[in-house]
Amino acid sequence: MSLEEKERKLQELTAREALLGVAIAVGHFIWWFGFAYGLGGRDPQNYQYILGMPDWLFYSCVLGPVLLLLTLWFVVKYVLRDIPLDQEEDK
Amino acid sequence: MNIEVIIPLVVFLLFTFLIGIWSAKKRSGAASFLHDYYLGSRELGGLVLAMTMVATYGSASSFVGGPGIAYDRGLGWVLLSMAQVVTGYFTLMILGKRFAVMARRYKAVTLVDFLRSRYNNGLVVILGAFSIVIFLFSAMAAQWVGGARLIESVTGMSYQASLFLFAAAVLFYVIIGGFRAVVVTDAVQGIIMVVGTLIIFTATLIAGGGMNNIMTSLYQENPNLVTPFGADGDLTALYVSSFWILVGVGVVGLPQVAVRAMSYKSSAAMHRALLIGTAVVAFMMFGMHMAGVMGRVVVPGIEVADTVMPELTMTVLPGWLAGIVLAAPMAAIMSTVDSLLLMISSSVVKDVYINYVKPDAREHRIRLLSLIVTAAVGIIVVAISWSPPEFLIWLNLFAFGGLEAAFIWPIVLGLYWKKANGWGALSAMVTGIASYMVISIWLPGWLGMHEVVMPVLFSLAAFVLVSLITNQRQNGWAPLEND
Repeated sequence: MSLEEKERKLQELTAREALLGVAIAVGHFIWWFGFAYGLGGRDPQNYQYILGMPDWLFYSCVLGPVLLLLTLWFVVKYVLRDIPLDQEEDK
Repeated sequence: MNIEVIIPLVVFLLFTFLIGIWSAKKRSGAASFLHDYYLGSRELGGLVLAMTMVATYGSASSFVGGPGIAYDRGLGWVLLSMAQVVTGYFTLMILGKRFAVMARRYKAVTLVDFLRSRYNNGLVVILGAFSIVIFLFSAMAAQWVGGARLIESVTGMSYQASLFLFAAAVLFYVIIGGFRAVVVTDAVQGIIMVVGTLIIFTATLIAGGGMNNIMTSLYQENPNLVTPFGADGDLTALYVSSFWILVGVGVVGLPQVAVRAMSYKSSAAMHRALLIGTAVVAFMMFGMHMAGVMGRVVVPGIEVADTVMPELTMTVLPGWLAGIVLAAPMAAIMSTVDSLLLMISSSVVKDVYINYVKPDAREHRIRLLSLIVTAAVGIIVVAISWSPPEFLIWLNLFAFGGLEAAFIWPIVLGLYWKKANGWGALSAMVTGIASYMVISIWLPGWLGMHEVVMPVLFSLAAFVLVSLITNQRQNGWAPLEND
């Protein structure tokens, strides 16, 4: 593989991984916002309680981070690539 | 004075002493003093990287200020604090391997080095170094004050004596140990913060008679406390969401955080760090802020927000455990100031002195100068903290917002947008800082959002517009002359 081609591959890979980061953050925000204000916007009289917490808090701030971590674990294991960072030294 | 509370703090301080000495010893074998003193020779592993990012970022406000406000305003503030979880993975993924590769390729030691090799524009370098020194200095002063106040409240010593003790401990390991001492103590401090969170959360939960009981009491006192809208119903969805910029994705623009994204050893270290970091931030933010809210049921009627956590800790825990828990905010403060101190020192030595004053400075001279500058900056900031300014959190957030508005686009677009150029970066920095100042001072709460949001957008617009207009050939990477 030529040096230019190698460089192009590196640019593509790193841009893709950064975009994936943005996508996860967008999903994360929607989950956090949706449950907090979707469920939390009701009259507090009508809140259900899960593990003693109001349902909006549980879904948004407890279940959300757990699912986020599972997603990140999956991404780290199956999507992100292990590339050498000292590109120059191992050509 | 309570001796049981003080012992864990003293043990902890002694430990940081040893780390400083160990780091200095380890450096004697390093190839380049600068790379080692300011970046630890880029050999951070996953756990240390995660912990140092979390600990650098998590400061007095995560452990004292934030939970104090949560006590006052209820679960809405817990929700707001959880906007910070995104920092655990976002910074590392966005800057990503491209940042790590480029920083190595151009031998960048500081964030300004990175900007210099990317934009090749002297004004960007000067403005960058200048804003780092000014803003981080004010952030650091606020943190010193927080650290000293905390020691004062725990030990009963005078404020000045506390400040002196705190300063002596931090300055020692930062000056002699450099970046390696900072990140290793950060890792230890991060672990203390996690353990402290676990203890105070559990103890408060038990003292309050369990979650059901606590929520019922809160609801009876004021139903708004269990809603996302705050005790007075004034936390709007827009306002709370705008913190996703300030304490969430915007953190990419903080130099002390970004520089860590060029210091890790391998891709694998970065992958591990983003998992660990996210888990730790989520756990700490939720645990501490929930403890603050639950504390309202356990110790009602506290008026001053900053005293909530110390009082709660002393109430629900036996002395020796309280010592460990109170070591957590101290660890948080120390791990923030140590990084800021080193950042400012690197800016002065590398970005100003080596770039402009003496590019051919010899190794032993750089070595001596680095130690002297670190010590001098430390001593000056302690002197300023001697008679403390008010509004600890406010000052802190002001500095961080300014840095985010200045640096986020020059870093991110510099990495991923080919047409980004020096004039674009310069106008983004000027627009970001200036509009943030103007809005913070004259239009607080403009459009119902935190003041940082619009400046970040203005900065983006300025960057793109100016880069496109001045689309010159100067948009490539320039090599650095000196090592």
